[in-house]
Order: sequence, then structure tokens, then C-alpha cells
Amino acid sequence: MAVITVERKPLTLLERTYLPQIVGGLATTFKHLIAPKKTLEYPEQRPAIPPGYRGVPTLVRDPNGREKCVSCQLCEFVCPPKAIRITPGEISADQTDRAHVEKAPLAFDIDMLRCIYCGLCQEVCPEEAIFLQNQYSMSGYTRAEMVNHKDKLYELGGTLPDQHYKWDKKKTAEEHGNAH
Amino acid sequence: MIAPPKPDLVTVNIDGKEIAVPKGTNVIEAARLVNVDVPHYCYHPKLTIVGNCRMCLIEMGLPAVDPATKAPIIDPATGKQKINWIPRPQIGCGTNVSPGLHVKTTSPMVKEAREGVMEFLLINHPLDCPICDQAGECKLQEQSTGYGRGYSRFIEQKNVKPKRTQLGPRVTLDDERCILCSRCIRFSKEVAKDDVLGFVDRGSYSTLTCFPGKQLANNYSLNTVDICPVGALTSTDFRFKMRVWFLKQTNSIDPESSVGANTVVWSREGQIYRVTPRRNDEVNDTWMADSGRELFKAVNAPDRLATTASIDTLVAQAAALFKANSTPGAIAVVGSGRSSVEEQFLTKQLAAALNATASTHLVSRVGQGDKLLISADRNPNVRGALVTGLISALPSQKLTALAAAIDAGKIKVVVSVGEDLAAVGLTAAQLAKVSFVYLGTHVNPTSAAAQVVLPTLSVFEKNGTFINQQFRLQKFAKAVPGPSGATDDLIVLAKLVTAASARLSSAPLAAIPSDLGSLWKLLAAEVPVLGPITYANLPETGLLLDATPFVALPFVEGETLHFKPVAPAVAVTV
Ligand code: SF4
Ligand code: SF4
Ligand code: SF4
Ligand code: FES
Repeated sequence: MAVITVERKPLTLLERTYLPQIVGGLATTFKHLIAPKKTLEYPEQRPAIPPGYRGVPTLVRDPNGREKCVSCQLCEFVCPPKAIRITPGEISADQTDRAHVEKAPLAFDIDMLRCIYCGLCQEVCPEEAIFLQNQYSMSGYTRAEMVNHKDKLYELGGTLPDQHYKWDKKKTAEEHGNAH
Repeated sequence: MIAPPKPDLVTVNIDGKEIAVPKGTNVIEAARLVNVDVPHYCYHPKLTIVGNCRMCLIEMGLPAVDPATKAPIIDPATGKQKINWIPRPQIGCGTNVSPGLHVKTTSPMVKEAREGVMEFLLINHPLDCPICDQAGECKLQEQSTGYGRGYSRFIEQKNVKPKRTQLGPRVTLDDERCILCSRCIRFSKEVAKDDVLGFVDRGSYSTLTCFPGKQLANNYSLNTVDICPVGALTSTDFRFKMRVWFLKQTNSIDPESSVGANTVVWSREGQIYRVTPRRNDEVNDTWMADSGRELFKAVNAPDRLATTASIDTLVAQAAALFKANSTPGAIAVVGSGRSSVEEQFLTKQLAAALNATASTHLVSRVGQGDKLLISADRNPNVRGALVTGLISALPSQKLTALAAAIDAGKIKVVVSVGEDLAAVGLTAAQLAKVSFVYLGTHVNPTSAAAQVVLPTLSVFEKNGTFINQQFRLQKFAKAVPGPSGATDDLIVLAKLVTAASARLSSAPLAAIPSDLGSLWKLLAAEVPVLGPITYANLPETGLLLDATPFVALPFVEGETLHFKPVAPAVAVTV
């Protein structure tokens, strides 16, 4: 086996004083002392969330305050880690303002320990009822706490502007359509 | 070229493929034989043909012959007989095959025709798939994928029809989704013989409804939901419960009578959501009774039997009872016509091990037959008890012999396999006189009186076979796991047999198997008629057994669909 002897060069006089290194280091320190801050004092300070951010999935209401989800369970089907669990339910005929929607979730749970924030639920939803919004921080002491139930999902989701008013249009069509 | 057809076969050419099909087959069925799908809505193989949806349009032609001489006209270009193609599309459902018929199902004309029909069907359709129960098994969705436009040219206002009509106790109708195929009407008239449905109004205003003062309430009403190609007719019970794509399908048998209608059990994560019929042209066609679709609700009933004790402890208790009563004839066994063939076979082994062969009983359940898919014999498997040799004569409804033996003090212990003895003629006093070992699924007076209760599984939770009234051996499979605290009947019975034979200290029986594979080997060895059969190789539509030894018995069944009793039925007392 060939042995290569590496020669260790002796330090120069300047190097032996250590001064250039100390001065260089201090210069960096002082530069950052006066430069604008790069960090946030989280959690008192929060970052601005850019549009299109994929945070916690939430359920939204339309501007009339009605729930948009009709419990079609497509999001439950598409969700890769099976985080969503829906129990569908019927809207009884006596709820005159939305009886024509017929169907709404009885229960809607998203297990945030499973969710991978992929956004497929938002993409697949035919009613534009589920959105990944800017909420990014979730914590809890138990597994059960990490499951967002329907109330929590609506509370997180709030109301988003509606492009379509699908069910309003449906109701109008029903009232003015070609009844016979 | 294929071999010259047999006399009752005609050769047709579908998309260039020649096939010989029986005379009278229509083009949809003939095309199915060469794996060509002709989309259709109104056609149903078990109903009359009306040809009103126009979805099955095809292009067809006949070989050209000289009108005067009847000599074939040969096309000089190909050297073959010329085909006269009909210039307009024809309906495939209403066209029966004729010799030399040529059919095109993929030509541009056919494609255009299908697209046109789809566009018209969708004109007034509400397009509410997200809230529609049929989504996922909807023919309109399926054909839209192939022939829909993807956008609508219809800017006028759609028709408005009733969205939530209760047609009867079990069926809800959404008229906007109805495509007016009339399958439901034809079913009610032709199969259920309860003509209550019809269309009112005309053209695109046509609306399905019940005749005034009538209801779709017969015991076959849910079949209309099955055959409705769209989501117009929905089951009130299953409505909005679960999307069908989550449901696992398991083949099963309807246990409510000896007809043995073939079914599919739809479940998700151990919970059953619905039961629908499975096509078997020899037994139930494509139908089943509504009553059989509700039986699964007993699976999660609050009065389900369960135990926290281990099964071995319970069997040991039973064994102690057996040991304490070892005089021959002190133990009676009540088998069940609701048990599977395998369970009845083990029940017979148990009776033999207990010296109780002479006092083995079976309870007969008799109801009114409806001449369709519910027979008078409400036990699914009396034939199984005969074939396995558990019983040799037909069972009676009351166990008078057993009652007399109890009164005489001869019987000390009764092993009942799922039979409530209070319901079959034993008085409370008689029940109190003996000890019971009860195998069963639900609480009843016998389970309450029993010294040892061994909780077992329902038909939805285990594998097995039944022999129906035609002596057709049919299998059912486990759809959902059983509840905790209940054990498979076969395991319980096998353990009891082992415990019982230990009591007699007779030649120790080779361990009785409780798995279907080994059990069928034993079964085939002891019951010659089951010879070459195993559970695994039994076809899904069942196997007809040789019934010669039993044909002369006076079974209680009257005539039902696909069944004529051989011996005259005995008078039915209900
Ligand atoms: S973001 Fe993805 S993982 Fe999370 S609930 Fe939606 S589909 Fe499921
Ligand atoms: S959130 Fe959207 S996709 Fe999910 S069930 Fe509701 S409507 Fe369907
Ligand atoms: S309700 Fe269904 S089965 Fe009856 S006519 Fe309409 S589409 Fe056909
Ligand atoms: S299936 Fe032929 S017209 Fe409807």
C-alpha cells in the first residue's frame, strides 16, 4: 500500500497572531447587529401567509350563511391518507330555505394527524365547499383533539366569496322553471 | 369460419365477428356474447321490450338476394355476398337476430345517434350527481362518459318536477331524474303483478307516478330501485346513507325462505348498508323480496348475544352437563333448518357423539308462499338436513315428541342450535325441567332459560352453504366480521363434538375440523351426493344436487319462480 506523506506547512507570522480571523468574525457580527431582522418572534409575531397557501382544510359557508357541503363524500374518497370521515344526512323538507339541497353532512371529521395538506379534497369538491386556507398551526394534547369536527371546520373556514350561488340558482329555476 | 350452426342457432356478424346465437336472441344479447357493449336504458333481460329510450341504436344490414331468383348477390369487389345496410339506425333491443344479420356498433352513424340520444336525455336532467344516490352505479353517468358532450347547448329553462315523492313505504322518487324508460312500470305489472305505476302528462312533461289512491307497497317494490337505470327511484332506507363506491360487495343467499334468492351484501368497515339481488337465471332471475333486504338489521340489534367468557370455558361447562347425564337417551339435540349444510353436518356428529341420534329434532317453519320468491318453507336449509342425514323425515312445526319425552323425565339436557323451544310448543314448565345448551345469535326465552349459552354468528358473518328447494347447493360468504364475544358456529360445534366424544371415552374422534376446507373433505367422504364438491369450487350460481332419494317427500313448498314441486304440497297451516 502506497503511503502518501502530507507535509504540514508551518503557519506564517500573521496567522500565528490569529488577528485576521478575529477581526473578520467581529465584522460579520457587527454587520448583523445593524442589518434588518430576518427572524420573527413566533408565536407573538406571525408570518404573512402568501395567497394559495395550503393550510388546514376547512369547510366554508356561502355568503348567505348556508353550508355548501352536500356530503357527496368525494373528498373522503380522494383523500390519500384517508383523513376525512363523513356521515351523510338528509335535510328535512321543513327547512324551507335549503330543503331543495336535500343533503348535508351529519358529521364531518378531518383527522389532522393524518392529513398531508395535499389539497386534493379542495380540488375534487364539486360544490367548492372545502378549502385549504391560511391556518397552519395545529396542536393538541390528545389524538382526539387533533380531529377537527364539523363545527370546528366551519369555524376555521368562515365564509368565502361565492362565484356561482348554485343552489340559489337552482331554487330560482325550480320556482320559475317549466312546471306543468 | 365457424362450424355450421346447429339448427336452432343463427349466425350473425357483429362488428366483423361471426357468432352463432340461439334464435330469438336480440342484438344486445348477441353482442354481449362477443363482448361488445350496446348501451341501453329501457331494455332489461327479464322484462318485455318496449324500445322507448333509443339508446341502443345500431346500424344493421342483411345479405342481399336477387328479388326475383332469390340468388345471393355477390359483391365483385370482395367476392362475398353483398350486404344491404339499412340507411337508418335501428334499435338493438327490439331487433332479433336473423340468419346472416350484420351489425355495426362502432360506425360514425351509431356514435352520432348515441350522442344525440344522450343530449336529449340530459336536456331536462337536473345534473345533481353530488347529491344523487345512484352516482357511481348510474347508467346515465356511464354513457355520458362515452357519449356526452361535456357542456350543454340547452339555454332554455329546464322542466320542474317533484323531487321527493314517497311512492310507497320503501321507495322515494325524484321525478326530475327519471328518463322515462318504464322499467319500473313493466316490473310492477309483469313480475310483481301489482300494476300501480304509470306516466301522466305528455312529452318532456311526462311524470312517473302512482295511480290515484295506490301505493308502490308490494313486497317486491325495491326491485324497481335496482332496475331504475338512473337515480329516480331510491330506497328510502338506503337514501343518503353511503356512496356506493365505498361499499364492499359480498355474495350471499337470502335466508328468509327455501327459495334461496342469490344476493349481494354491501358493507363498509364491518357495517352492512344494503342487500340487493344477484342474478341467477335458475333461481331468482334478478329479483328478491323487500323483506329479505331488511334482515341485515338484526346483525347490530341490541339483543344480540355475546359473552365475555372464553369459548373454551363455556364448552367445558357444556361438557360437564354432558358428563353428568351420560345415560343413553338423556340428551336431545334440536338442529336447525337455518343452519348451513356444514353446521348441520357437525350437529349430526354432535348428536352421534351424545348418543342422541334417536332424539334429534328439527323445527319446521311454515308461512304463506307468495308464488314468486318466498316459499312456504321459511327455513332456508331443510334440504341440507336431509342430505347430510341430520334428519330422515320432514320436520314438523311443533316438537311434540320432545315435549312428551321431557314430560316422561327421559330427557335431561337439550342442545338447541338456534331454535327457540318456547316458540315450538314447549311450555315453561317443560323448559324448567331440563338443562339447556343454547347456540344462537339473539336473546329469546330459550337463551334466557339456558344453563350454557354459546353466542354464534349470523348468516352475514360466516361462510357456508344452503340447499334450496330445488336441491341446489348455494354458498354464502362472510360479509362482515362477527361481534366480539360471538364465535363461529362451526368452531363451537366442533369443540362440542370433541367435548362430547371425550365424555363417552369412546375411540377419541380424530379432531373434528372447523374450517370449511377440511370439513368439506369429511362431508364429501360421508355424504356421497356431495362427492366431488368443495366450498371453493362451488360455482357462485350454485350446483343442482341429485335429489332422487328425497323427491317423494311431501315438502311444504308450493310453486314459485323457477320451481314446481314434484310431490303435491301438503296443506299449509299457518
Ligand atoms: S389536504 Fe389532502 S390529506 Fe388533507 S384532508 Fe384534504 S385530501 Fe386529505
Ligand atoms: S366538502 Fe365537497 S367533496 Fe367533500 S363531501 Fe362536501 S361537497 Fe363533497
Ligand atoms: S323511475 Fe327509473 S325505472 Fe322508472 S321510468 Fe323513470 S328512469 Fe325508468
Ligand atoms: S334499450 Fe333499446 S330502445 Fe331502450
